[in-house]
Amino acid sequence: MKSLAELQALRDSMKNKMGIRSDESGCTRIVVGMATCGIAAGARPVLTAFTEEVGKRNLTNVAVSQTGCIGICQYEPVVEVYVPGQEKVTYVKMTADKVAKIVNDHIVNGNVVTEYTIGANAK
Amino acid sequence: MYRSHILVCGGTGCTSSGSQRIIDELEKELKAQNLSEEVKVIKTGCFGLCALGPIMIVYPEGSFYSRVTPEDMHEIVSEHLVKGRIVKRLLYSETVENDTVKSLNETTFYKKQHRIALRNCGVINPEDINEYIAYDGYQALGKVLTEMTPDDVIKIIKDSGLRGRGGGGFPTGLKWSFAKASVSDKKYVCCNADEGDPGAFMDRSVLEGDPHAVIEAMAIAGYAIGADQGYIYVRAEYPIAVKRLEIAIKQAREEGFLGENIFGTGFNFNLELRLGAGAFVCGEETALMTSIEGNRGEPRPRPPFPAVKGLFGKPTVLNNVETYANVAQIILHGAEWFSAMGTEKSKGTKVFALGGKIHNTGLVEVPMGTTLREIVEEIGGGIPNGKKFKAAQTGGPSGGCIPAEHLDIPIDYDNLIAIGSMMGSGGLIVMDEDTCMVDIAKFFLEFTVEESCGKCTPCRVGTKRLYEILDRITKGKGKLSDLDELDDLCHYIKDNALCGLGQTAPNPVLSTMHFFRDEYLAHIVDKKCPSGVCKALLSYVVDADKCKGCTLCAKNCPAGAITGSVKAAHVIDQTKCIKCGVCMEKCRFGAISKK
Repeated sequence: MKSLAELQALRDSMKNKMGIRSDESGCTRIVVGMATCGIAAGARPVLTAFTEEVGKRNLTNVAVSQTGCIGICQYEPVVEVYVPGQEKVTYVKMTADKVAKIVNDHIVNGNVVTEYTIGANAK
Repeated sequence: MYRSHILVCGGTGCTSSGSQRIIDELEKELKAQNLSEEVKVIKTGCFGLCALGPIMIVYPEGSFYSRVTPEDMHEIVSEHLVKGRIVKRLLYSETVENDTVKSLNETTFYKKQHRIALRNCGVINPEDINEYIAYDGYQALGKVLTEMTPDDVIKIIKDSGLRGRGGGGFPTGLKWSFAKASVSDKKYVCCNADEGDPGAFMDRSVLEGDPHAVIEAMAIAGYAIGADQGYIYVRAEYPIAVKRLEIAIKQAREEGFLGENIFGTGFNFNLELRLGAGAFVCGEETALMTSIEGNRGEPRPRPPFPAVKGLFGKPTVLNNVETYANVAQIILHGAEWFSAMGTEKSKGTKVFALGGKIHNTGLVEVPMGTTLREIVEEIGGGIPNGKKFKAAQTGGPSGGCIPAEHLDIPIDYDNLIAIGSMMGSGGLIVMDEDTCMVDIAKFFLEFTVEESCGKCTPCRVGTKRLYEILDRITKGKGKLSDLDELDDLCHYIKDNALCGLGQTAPNPVLSTMHFFRDEYLAHIVDKKCPSGVCKALLSYVVDADKCKGCTLCAKNCPAGAITGSVKAAHVIDQTKCIKCGVCMEKCRFGAISKK
């Protein structure tokens, strides 16, 4: 360690990796339905893809987690995105291919990917 | 990228209840479910809630599982980590309210706590320097070396009002300024990690949970006083702390936080461990330094004080583990931030090791000025089995007992001394109505007799005589004049012993005599132990009216002291009775009582 700046850079990169350990709210949550129906429909690769994508982009304050049955089994795999202060967005019939777009458009840039949501698919 | 972090407590408490087996099983289950790449298992230091160990917490949900077993790991992995269903039956019951899960910080154990010295304990992996760095580790050292003069450092520590957490409460900044003012070609920085009070484990937990905090602070102290060498004197009985310190020192050296030319500023600082063999007197500063020098751990007279002539005859700063654990935070957040907490003369927080007759045995850190009642009844969860609070013992063998009438006293250095106790290193042993205060005084004297190094007569002989008087009182052979003799001898030892061990050894006697004189009198005059502890003063008797003659007591008596035939009242032969109490425990009719 040669300088304070070098230490601060290391701290920031380490902090990213530990962000999920904070108890503070204000964190965006990506929740994948991982009940039997979800897993059978292919939720597992979706969860993995989210984890990888969030990691690749070094996003802080974003947690990827799972939940049980959301109750709309015909639309599985289901993913819900909770951005603090906004209404929850529910994405349905998810695949790993759709993940990058959701992370890029919705999580990073704040634009909901309407075409993947339950509203668009329920028609 | 790990989507989940599982923190498992690796403090001594949870380790002894099997947390390593839990980690092994957890990792096996994660591997079996192909989750090893997504879920990270971290072994941390002490969470504080030792009574509920082994403890683990799963993020991002923050689910706090307590008293887990290796057998539970399959369920936690397959339910929580695969399907996202929190295993409610294993959650700490306080975090579950009306079916929703609360944050740990909202539970009564943690709500009133304010963690500065323990900030990283149970939060980071103490064996990974990068996790310490993520929580601003070594920032304070960097700031001090690149932006501050040694005088700036001493000023901020002085202004913060930090006082020594080892017991004496000497202002830390002042100590540093004395050492800085001493002119010498060589100076030393030492850390007292020879925690020896029965019931105290704060320093161990800090070293186990956050060893870098101590290392960083020692380097800061080295810069402030102009020392380039430090020693941590730690008990060999703390193997986990020793191991983590060794790892931490090695990592700090590799990253350049210890060694030559730190942060490119030309400042050099090296650190070594010295293991103590467990003598209580080596927690006394001059004896500690004598021990580091390679001699028998005996105290030496002060003055000269260590700041003038300490280790190897050179100016030395010696602080306690918990004191150091506050230093980096004060540098980063400022003196005012720290001095805003606490009371007028005692700033900041204090860590207490809660033990004895209390629900939440464990480690708590509260602002100075918190009342004993808040610590015992709220954070500690009160006394088990519906018993009544009798006293709290602080300061171990150097401290005294605080009775129920002083429960509302705000705890700080000066208030505790005013009522005849002392802060000590922070052991807090809670006693209920079943504790005999004479017996407690005897217990602590037995400890000091054992641990007296023997160098000075008041301590070597005086504590032994104190013990003998107490012993005869508990055996029903005390005289009223013993009370005056105890009092005289206590004050004589206080005034004449060479070091802190002897000077404070009479405190448990003085404080129990002051607050619980009636118990002493009951032992001496009535030949009774009101709490039913002192065996020589007890007798177990059978109530002939209640006894059904079931013979159960006689069958279980290990001494063959009970006689009687079936369906006739039994009798205990007091000359044979060893007062083990088994008969009373076994009797189904409540016919046997202690008198």
